[in-house]
Amino acid sequence: MFIIKYKKIFVSISIALVVLSIGAILFFGLNLGIDFKGGSLTEVEYTNISRPDQSVIEASLKTLPTLGQALIQPIGDKGYSIKTRDITDKEHKDVLAALGTSATEKSFTSIGPSVGAELVRKSLISFILVSLGIIFWIAFSFRKVSKPVSSWKYGLIAIITLVHDIMIPVGVFAVLSHFSGVEVDTLFVVAVLTVLGLSVSDTIVVFDRIRENIRIGHFKTFEETVGRSLEQVYTRSIATSSTVIIALLALVFWGPASTKVFALMLTAGMFFGTYSSIFLASPLLVFVKNWQDKKSK
Amino acid sequence: MWKTRITALLILLLGFGIGYFVYKSEMSHRAVVKDVAPKGLAKFPFKLGLDLSGGSHLVYRADVSQIAASQVADSMSSLRDVIERRINIFGVSEPSIQVQDGGFSNQGEQRLIVDLPGVTDVSKAIAMIGETPVLDFRTENPVKDAPQQAVVGKDGNVTLDPYASKYIKTDLTGRYLDKAILEFNQNTGEPVVSLQFNTEGSALFEKITRENVGKSVAIFLDGSPISIPTVNEAITGGKAQISGNFTPQEAKTLVGRLNSGALPVNIELISTQTIGPSLGSQATAAGVKAALIGFMAIALFLIIWYRLPGLIATIALSMYVVIMLAIFKLLPVTLTAAGIAGFIISIGIAVDANVLIFERIKEELRGGANVTDSMHNGFKRAWLSVRDSNISSIITAIILYWFGTTLIKGFALVFLIGVLISMISAISITRLFLYTLNIKKTSGFTNFLFGSGLSSAKSQK
Repeated sequence: MFIIKYKKIFVSISIALVVLSIGAILFFGLNLGIDFKGGSLTEVEYTNISRPDQSVIEASLKTLPTLGQALIQPIGDKGYSIKTRDITDKEHKDVLAALGTSATEKSFTSIGPSVGAELVRKSLISFILVSLGIIFWIAFSFRKVSKPVSSWKYGLIAIITLVHDIMIPVGVFAVLSHFSGVEVDTLFVVAVLTVLGLSVSDTIVVFDRIRENIRIGHFKTFEETVGRSLEQVYTRSIATSSTVIIALLALVFWGPASTKVFALMLTAGMFFGTYSSIFLASPLLVFVKNWQDKKSK
Repeated sequence: MWKTRITALLILLLGFGIGYFVYKSEMSHRAVVKDVAPKGLAKFPFKLGLDLSGGSHLVYRADVSQIAASQVADSMSSLRDVIERRINIFGVSEPSIQVQDGGFSNQGEQRLIVDLPGVTDVSKAIAMIGETPVLDFRTENPVKDAPQQAVVGKDGNVTLDPYASKYIKTDLTGRYLDKAILEFNQNTGEPVVSLQFNTEGSALFEKITRENVGKSVAIFLDGSPISIPTVNEAITGGKAQISGNFTPQEAKTLVGRLNSGALPVNIELISTQTIGPSLGSQATAAGVKAALIGFMAIALFLIIWYRLPGLIATIALSMYVVIMLAIFKLLPVTLTAAGIAGFIISIGIAVDANVLIFERIKEELRGGANVTDSMHNGFKRAWLSVRDSNISSIITAIILYWFGTTLIKGFALVFLIGVLISMISAISITRLFLYTLNIKKTSGFTNFLFGSGLSSAKSQK
């Protein structure tokens, strides 16, 4: 009953976090990576000699006037990454030549604008379809509950928690992106959509239990029903999300470099997804009920 | 009861068997010498994506503006074939060449996506694809036992070319071919391939056939024979038919290849990605390490928190892992860094169903039921929650797979298979093992075993 008793505090925490996230997104912005904008990324490593100074690289790339603006960043102790507009095979060879013979190429990506535009479209379509799919699923799951709160309100609250659950990881990403230069890439889209799928399932399990307890009718008030239901399911919620978070943290700390940010976003999504199903969705349900009661008086 | 126990034992043995298969096939694959066709279990390695194995990923845009709409699909598939042949000559292992249809999401652009594992020199890869192939006609070498010709391959290996000595080149090449058409023999219904030469080619062809009646004339593409028909009579008019025991599909493929002496459509490189071998192996090692650590941490958590059922869930989870690994090998699923991440997350999610069931069992015990009844009811009641909580993940995975790029598909497929298999393994394997224990008595000790966290099953409210 603890959670329902202090529901105002928990809901306020959620609101504050979402506001902070939106603030971070607006203030820092989301840097679109070359996956979306098109462009090239060359990563080299100097294995035999110590790597030349960044200014040396900059100067030698300046000798290729057609290349335009090149962004040079050190990676690790031995390497550099060079970002430019999308380049042809010949230009790529020129860049490698400019970096010197002792530079070993670790990876090279060049993405044309039409490929980037395609990814933007595909991401948007996927996002819309996943959202629709989940909303239909929520509507279907709650078609049988009606009293004392009608089923569409459960659905609406589930969607509010969903927005909460993706806003926060995206906010976390905006902060990360500002301080470490990570960019929005394909995996970012996958992370957001996976969070959508994972977080709603937890909310559904909690609501499912409330629905069951309403049917059994053990508890006197709606508030008590929600509170007791939470007590029955929170161990499960925390236990299952803990195992997923354990798996994700293993990826963050020991996994491949390419999926670290992805795993971090999912960790945030999983954590706040669980938080929201217990501390946001159910208190909101009680708020809605109280508001209904007040209106009918 | 014995029936359940024997089944459980068999399932356990099966799990070990699958685990052994995964281990053994990986070991024998590693033992395979390069360039030797793998045999037996070594035929089932993990298929690694470019980001793990190192290699090149090229995206071409095909210019189909000059081609009638009804011909676009055919042109694209013959373009695919031309490029595949060009690549095969260079001995790239398991290249993947896909036509991406100009759908809504890429605004009608026809694309060709070429994945070349192990080719980390992107310039070499681009040159490989850009080269024009050679179609030529050769006649039998009159010297029967001509010494076999040694050919020095691009990789520096010397091989004997049996055809180079058996056949000698004529002047007739693909340059003189007007077109090849797929036809069906009116009497037998057999597919035949008709060739139409231009005027110059017709004259050459007539000369060659006249001189080689009763002998074979070989059609070579890029230095290797694709068809060796026998000449029955001198042919005028520049029309030739290649009949053979073609399936319609084979004949269609041949037509595509013949028509593609040069590229059927112009292509333009619009995107490249190359991953060096060191980066790929680092990523693989890190992925495996993260998977092992993740798995062990989850197992530890389960056993400490859920005690006896936790131990059983760990066994079920191990079986889940080996089943997944075997599926990766057998389907095969191309593993990428994102795919490995999907797999590791799915290990975490696989526990979810078990936990739902255990919590239900505990509730039943608290309600005063004995252990056996609690287990039976627990499974029955938990199933709906298990199903419901996984459906949203399944929806997400399907849509991601459907609309995703290669990278996204790699994640979505592993994630989808993972969620489905985990539901099955939690419900069937965990249940079987728990029933096998056949605990009849309810005592303080059983309550402890089925309890969780700091308390026993009974003492919790």
